[in-house]
Amino acid sequence: MRKTLILTTALAGFAIPATAQELTVMSWGGAYEVSQVEAYNKPFEAEMGISVNMVAADNPATPIKAQVEAGNVSVDVADVEYSDAIRLCDEGLLEVIDTSILPAAPDGTPAEDDFIEGALTDCAVANIVWSTVMAYNTENVEGTPDSIDDFFNLTDFPGQRGLRKGAKANLEMALMADGVPAAEVYDMLETDEGVDRAFAKLDTIKDSVVWWEAGAQPPQLLADGEVVMSTAYNGRIFNAAIGEGQPFEIVWDGQILDFDLFVIPKGAPNKEEALQYIAFATDTQRLADQASWISYGPARLSSGPLVGLYQDGETAMGPHMPTAEANLENALVNNFEFWADRDVELNERFNSWLASN
Amino acid sequence: MTDAAPLTTADGRPLKASLASAQARSRRRAFLLVLPLLLFILVTFVVPIGQMLFRSVHNDAFSANMPNLVAWFAENPAGTDPDEAAFAALAADLLLARENRTAGQIGTRVNYDLSGSRSLFTSGARSANRYEAPFREALLDKDEDWGDPQLWQVMRSASSAYTGSFYLAAVDATRDETGAITWAAENRQIYIDLFVRTLLLSALITFLTFLLGYPIAHLLATLPLRYSNLLMIFVLLPFWTSLLVRTTSWIVLLQQQGVVNSTLVATGIIDDGNRLSMIYNQAGTIIAMTHILLPFMVLPLYSVMRPIPPSYVRAARSLGASSWKAFRAVYFPLTVPGIAAGGLLVFILAVGYYITPALVGGASGQLISNLIAYHMTTSLNWSLAAALASILLGLVLLLYWLYDRLIGIDNLKLG
Repeated sequence: MRKTLILTTALAGFAIPATAQELTVMSWGGAYEVSQVEAYNKPFEAEMGISVNMVAADNPATPIKAQVEAGNVSVDVADVEYSDAIRLCDEGLLEVIDTSILPAAPDGTPAEDDFIEGALTDCAVANIVWSTVMAYNTENVEGTPDSIDDFFNLTDFPGQRGLRKGAKANLEMALMADGVPAAEVYDMLETDEGVDRAFAKLDTIKDSVVWWEAGAQPPQLLADGEVVMSTAYNGRIFNAAIGEGQPFEIVWDGQILDFDLFVIPKGAPNKEEALQYIAFATDTQRLADQASWISYGPARLSSGPLVGLYQDGETAMGPHMPTAEANLENALVNNFEFWADRDVELNERFNSWLASN
Repeated sequence: MTDAAPLTTADGRPLKASLASAQARSRRRAFLLVLPLLLFILVTFVVPIGQMLFRSVHNDAFSANMPNLVAWFAENPAGTDPDEAAFAALAADLLLARENRTAGQIGTRVNYDLSGSRSLFTSGARSANRYEAPFREALLDKDEDWGDPQLWQVMRSASSAYTGSFYLAAVDATRDETGAITWAAENRQIYIDLFVRTLLLSALITFLTFLLGYPIAHLLATLPLRYSNLLMIFVLLPFWTSLLVRTTSWIVLLQQQGVVNSTLVATGIIDDGNRLSMIYNQAGTIIAMTHILLPFMVLPLYSVMRPIPPSYVRAARSLGASSWKAFRAVYFPLTVPGIAAGGLLVFILAVGYYITPALVGGASGQLISNLIAYHMTTSLNWSLAAALASILLGLVLLLYWLYDRLIGIDNLKLG
């Protein structure tokens, strides 16, 4: 009896690595992760027989960089922001992805032409367009904030503010609130005066800021009344407002658009499966499906017409997308080259600014 | 029988040798018993700390990836202006960096010493296949910052894998274009303030735990056992509770919409618009850390106070001392070893505390350990993190030495 037990255990031990098809995907947690599990992972598991293990991070770019540099990679696919995809690729920390593996659109348009311009890079394939927006809790704000200036207006809209802990997006928003047109923001940030000006603007609200790090925090902070306004990822606010009935409103003025892209860390344990996953998840139907779980725009043109209703069966997703016509009036597209090159030094400056009184 | 025959064992071996071998055997056995612990300490303590110290002076991201320029620096002594050969070497290395995708690492390394130079390398490498002789003009044409003497000074110092520049950066200093040490730009200075803040806050927290812990320990030590055991549970229960649970319960209590603020508003002590901010700032760090570290003060104090016979104070009183005098002259001096032990324990724990300030400290309540963690996990500047950690280690050892000189380590009593 005991011998059989040992034997079967040993056999099982050998059997698992041989047949186990498991893929580890690192994403951002919360409502966004749910949308990816529902739209990508479940059909992928059903079709390919490869189980997908989802892990969450505040920003997957950081842990995967640490993993590759330490030579201990456990993640096969990671979901990162545009500038991080470029930066990590520059540093040789990502596998190069051959875009010819991506399926064509249903009408036959090759993937290269079907993806939005810029959505395919050497090492990364975009899945969504998202944006950093300002949002507020209607129950705790008197009046209607309608522009990015109002985020910095503590007189008319008193109360704590939530901001992501880091330089990216905050500097751009500060300049836009200071009256710099969206088109000139990055030119201005290239100069020391521009950076000084952005920090000076942030100084005006520094004492009232609660800093968040995970994307799931802003809806929580707003719901708790810990802050009255916060910057947030638009999809998180949408899901809290429409999905959970929270009294949140988004101010689209001054929104900052960005891609999220799938990358494969160098030395990923299951590279072949990772490529299969990326090709599967970014096909036309899958991207359209994801948009019915969270209000992020699909990165393929052919997915647009397929986007329908939210999971409640009545909310049309169109107007909630960051790319909707009405929401683009004063929008900024994240300059990935700027952040790929300046991320380190501006965060250094940001940290010393944050620590000083 | 003139010669005394040497003492032998039953099998004829000299007793001395037999005894020595038996002792050696038992010593070996004893050593084998502690071997696991020794290995454990070596693997988990000595090696990582050694690696950390090594990393703080060693970084080869530049020297390993820019072979041509490293060779040029080796041939030309410091102070040589970069000539065409130098720019040709630079262009060749940038091309190499483009092929190997190492421009980011190189740029990051140089950027540590000269902020703003990272983009020079990444964008320089992206167009590296287009440079043609004369390389000096080609590179300066691409970006005139390539001619910056400070950049060349930094590249020269980075061309050796061994550097002290991380220690300089860790104390807010840098080198100017002549190689002389100067302070970093004002808006980048951060670490000295944080070291000072860490030491001051730790001292304050130690003092607060002493103020709160001394009476508790005294009460515990003087009550009859059955009561004091019960009270001891109240001291130990939070001690056994997860650190995260205790920290997050302070968030629940102290946040603006939290229990304390709501109670104050409900009782009319403050109005709704003026809720106190007691968390996500320095106050939050002080309150939460004082609470969490309190048992480390109470327990050594208690263990010192318990054996002090109450008759000492009674004797002092009966000889005419006032109660204050009896406390000052008799009781207090007897508890000093406990205060010393508790104080040292709390202070050293507080200096390296990380998770509580990270959760409740906001911006103004961050300690140096939070910046070390930031450089370990987010900016991935491991060399700087190692330099900061080494300085912190040095400071703690220095304080320990001072303590030994002033109070004497023999006076320490942990129980």
